[in-house]
Amino acid sequence: MSAMNDSLVIAHRNLIRMGRIPEMLVFGLLQPIMFVVLFTYVFGGSIRVGSSISPQAYREFLMAGIFAQTVTFATAGAGAGIADDMHKGLIDRFRSLPMARGAVLTGRTLADLVQTALTLIVLAIVAVIVGWRTHENFGKVLAGFGLLLLFGYAFSWIGALIGLSVRTPEAATSGGLIWLFPLTFISNAFVDANQMPAFLRHIAEWNPFSATVQACRELFGNLPPGFRTPDAWPMQHPVWASLIWSAVIILLFRTLAVRKYRRAHG
Amino acid sequence: MPGAIYAEGLVKHFGDVKALDGVDLDVPEGTVLGLLGPNGAGKTTTVRCLTTLLRPDRGTAIVAGIDVLKHPDAVRRSVGLSGQFAAVDEYLTGRENLQMVGQLYQMRAKAAKQRAAELLEQFHLTDAADRPTKTYSGGMRRRLDLAAALVVRPPVMFMDEPTTGLDPRNRQQLWDVIKQLVSGGTTLLLTTQYLEEADHLAHDICVVDHGRVIARGTSDQLKAQTGGERVEVVVRDRGHITAAVEVLSGFGKGETTVEEHTRKLTVPVSGGAKLLAEVIRELDSRDIEMDDVGLRRPTLDDVFLSLTGHLAEEKPGESSEAEGPKARKHTKEPAQ
Repeated sequence: MSAMNDSLVIAHRNLIRMGRIPEMLVFGLLQPIMFVVLFTYVFGGSIRVGSSISPQAYREFLMAGIFAQTVTFATAGAGAGIADDMHKGLIDRFRSLPMARGAVLTGRTLADLVQTALTLIVLAIVAVIVGWRTHENFGKVLAGFGLLLLFGYAFSWIGALIGLSVRTPEAATSGGLIWLFPLTFISNAFVDANQMPAFLRHIAEWNPFSATVQACRELFGNLPPGFRTPDAWPMQHPVWASLIWSAVIILLFRTLAVRKYRRAHG
Repeated sequence: MPGAIYAEGLVKHFGDVKALDGVDLDVPEGTVLGLLGPNGAGKTTTVRCLTTLLRPDRGTAIVAGIDVLKHPDAVRRSVGLSGQFAAVDEYLTGRENLQMVGQLYQMRAKAAKQRAAELLEQFHLTDAADRPTKTYSGGMRRRLDLAAALVVRPPVMFMDEPTTGLDPRNRQQLWDVIKQLVSGGTTLLLTTQYLEEADHLAHDICVVDHGRVIARGTSDQLKAQTGGERVEVVVRDRGHITAAVEVLSGFGKGETTVEEHTRKLTVPVSGGAKLLAEVIRELDSRDIEMDDVGLRRPTLDDVFLSLTGHLAEEKPGESSEAEGPKARKHTKEPAQ
């Protein structure tokens, strides 16, 4: 019980901080909004998805990709926050207290989850404004957002490990972002992976990121007309694949991060 | 029976570097031990090992009667740690910081809130309690950090360089707080690079260098170990120097040194205040006027120099001659 309590105390602390540094939230929002607008109006109409080249088909196709990309940016936030705590000696303070060992990290990732949820809400509103529509029932749409949040939560544990491993918050920010670009671009997030060369297509189909995007497209009813679902298992069962990937990432990176935290010295 | 803080043969390596090379400590309950040494001597590593932040490679550590290696969580409940860098959250207010620490010490939210208010009062932070600590001065931050370490009234306290970087006024204030704390019966281990600070606050002093305790004792014992006291006289009239040297040589147990331009004479003596009185009477009877006269005991700076062969705060490449034994770097607290 104390572990949950300690995590909530730390999450509360991080949420207070978030409220006092609103520019972080604002910048966190601007980037995906820019992506939505740029991709919709610049690429919309010139990228073929499924058998369609209509701007509306691309718009609906695109959003799941941008949502998924946005939730993975939680990695950088968690990483920078924990690196900052290390740097300022706060981790030492926490480690000298009789609190649950993983609580500092769990608290941080929970606070990031709240931030991710807020970001998704704003982003979904912007998406609707530029013409995004869902074609499934409300429950399925919510389930899609649930998968996104879980996926983002998993990635904040990767961020936690990065934050504990680097010396400065700046390094944690770039270390949390740099590998996300190939990860998100060699996937089905922005283009129809069926049109990629064979070897890239295989990577894209097994990319954890693609599974979540594909699952959301199905749950939102945003698969473009004439879209052929690839034969790869994660693409055939994207909801399961997304859940499994998230669970594996959480288990693996939580274990590594908590172990690292115990030995950390800032 | 071991004291409230007890360590035997603590060894800690960081890669090839031997940070601790067999540190032994024994701090009786209710006393203050000053751990004195230059940067990199192993002071902070010792504190980190004793407060469960680091696991020593070898050795025994017992704090508040609890084996640190076997029951780290029980130790954490009984100690307060105040760090070298004021470890408070800069975006939280003073009150929020203390409440958070209280809750993490497993206090209920209400009790933590009440305790926070008490501490803010005690440390004269009530006026600033609801401002983010980012706006605090260096001295206020240190006080808050110390308050955070005292949330559960721990019987054993560790303070790692509590006044490093503070200006003299804030240092004096913090010293007063520490003295008050110790008079309440808390056992304290304090690390410092300021020899004056150890002299001022600690009952016993351990001098550490290269991960070892190289000398221990009370401040007086350490000073005596370095060699005796000396009488210093500044004569008013340069013409009296020769006569004064004659007088001093009669009392001294070594050669009298003369600084012509300052008219200062120094001679090593033994015999303390009584001898000083005799020196003054003799000088007076010969009508030698004095601007200043006194018995000088070796400072802890002298102790450190004679024990380690280098100065406490000497950095590589700085010559000790150029710095002089009194040279000391006071970093100003950051302007707010």
